[in-house]
Amino acid sequence: MAGQAIHLKKEILVRIIKAFLSDNFEEQTRLIPFAMRPKGMEVPYRCCIYKERAIIKDRTIAGLGFPIEEDDETVSLGTYAKRALERTEIDDKNLTVLQAACKGCATNRIYVTDLCQGCVARPCTTACKFGAVSIVNGKSVIDDEKCKKCKMCVNACPYNAIVKITVPCEDSCPVGAIKKDETGFASIDYTKCINCGRCTAACPFGAVHEKSQIIDILKAIKSEKKVIAMIAPSIAGQFPGNIYQLKSAIIKAGFDDVYEVAQGADITATNEAKEFVERMEKGDSFMTTSCCAGYNQLIKKHLPEIKPFVSDTKTPMYYTAELVKKEFPEAVAVFVSPCVAKRAESFENKNVDYVMNYEELGALFIAKQIQIMDCEPAKYAVESSKQARNFGFTGGVADSVKSALNDEESIKPCIINGLNKDSIRQLKKYATSGTCEDGCNMVEVMCCEGGCIGGNATINNQKTAKKLIEQLSNESKDIEKI
Amino acid sequence: MAKVEVKVCLGTTCFVMGGNNLQELNDIIPQKYGDKVEVMGSNCLGLCSINWEYSKAPYVKVDDEVVTEATVEKVLEVIDKKLG
Ligand code: FES
Repeated sequence: MAGQAIHLKKEILVRIIKAFLSDNFEEQTRLIPFAMRPKGMEVPYRCCIYKERAIIKDRTIAGLGFPIEEDDETVSLGTYAKRALERTEIDDKNLTVLQAACKGCATNRIYVTDLCQGCVARPCTTACKFGAVSIVNGKSVIDDEKCKKCKMCVNACPYNAIVKITVPCEDSCPVGAIKKDETGFASIDYTKCINCGRCTAACPFGAVHEKSQIIDILKAIKSEKKVIAMIAPSIAGQFPGNIYQLKSAIIKAGFDDVYEVAQGADITATNEAKEFVERMEKGDSFMTTSCCAGYNQLIKKHLPEIKPFVSDTKTPMYYTAELVKKEFPEAVAVFVSPCVAKRAESFENKNVDYVMNYEELGALFIAKQIQIMDCEPAKYAVESSKQARNFGFTGGVADSVKSALNDEESIKPCIINGLNKDSIRQLKKYATSGTCEDGCNMVEVMCCEGGCIGGNATINNQKTAKKLIEQLSNESKDIEKI
Repeated sequence: MAKVEVKVCLGTTCFVMGGNNLQELNDIIPQKYGDKVEVMGSNCLGLCSINWEYSKAPYVKVDDEVVTEATVEKVLEVIDKKLG
């Protein structure tokens, strides 16, 4: 997503939170588009100030947790704010598309440019297996009805005259769940969507939004209830300061306590190691990890055949939330997440009440003017292991299972670093053939390239994020053997 | 000639609003300008809390000049101007 769009989304989140903290939430929310695009301001991106405000309004609707697609323009942001305050249920369709932004984006098609020389060989016509290329007035023309967008003609043209016009969101989706329809608007098919969040990052207009639960979280904080933040392992590389200062900062932002989800990751790694041994003894040829929410959605919606090979061990979020609720049954448990997929997982887990992503936590710090580096370090009740703290980058989960095994040589891990059409095909092959390549018996699957540090709601770049996580984990104790 | 001093804000507001991209400056500046320019990270420069101007973050200071909504390109441009 373009830098400007990210900046805009974050600014809106900060303003929503500020509005909530003010003494007139509804009115302050209504004013957000006007505060951001005051009268007389030069218009940075679009045709006129009214259009800009309308788009900011739409983005604010998503920030309040509502679907933009259903807005009929008659309801004011003030009313949306009121509805957000009053709601008791949250919407389980996690993404929403600002369709007004789709206008600027051409539909997916193969197109012959002026560079077509009308050559004699006409390799494009022979390359096409669907008879979609014909010659009109000496130049190649594509019949969109027949074209299957296979790109054979694109590759065949010696002049590079044929191009594929791509729709970034469609292209980024590994499961074909987002499509620009005949009307030119993109929409998401939730029966297919695995909540990987790829489209939110891919759209250059920043049109795809997560429906935020930030108001629900702020409401819980304001109530008498105990609110507990559970921070995913990848967070260690996302903010200035260390995770101990981060704990104080999160408490300063209004939470009652903070748990490292790495604590649950230790349980995941231990259980998975035990399960691995059992499965191998039983004669299974391989096992895959089960901690990635995007992958779990993929299994459910597109790849049921791999299910027998998937570890039955629960995710770090699951175990952490279980611990929290055992200790404080009445508490509100908030998972602090790098990605939208964990929102989907939270709807299947009664112990997780809300999900707040890293961008939203960052916005909360800004709204409350909290500087993490000025916060005193605070201890965690339980210190997590080095391996558990490394869960957030690719290779980390496989390594933790390996380290928990007594016989480290018995495991031959291989890694699916990011789900895309190719890697999904590969997984399918493993499932149908019942074995993986090169004697691998443990497949780590990460939906995002790079692992959780590549999640759609991350703040830091992957390289520094990984370095920061390793700084922490290198000072942590080793995981215990099973 | 005195060294040009570049302070990249690594405070929470600037970092969250996109300051992470500015970490590249740590490599680019010494490469491009040698010891004519010194680059350093800084805690909150205090700019984000004046009138609560978080929306213009991230901030970078090139000597006394404040670069708002800073990007690598913007900062290099300001340095180039300084060096003439
Ligand atoms: S965080 Fe950069 S000026 Fe305050």
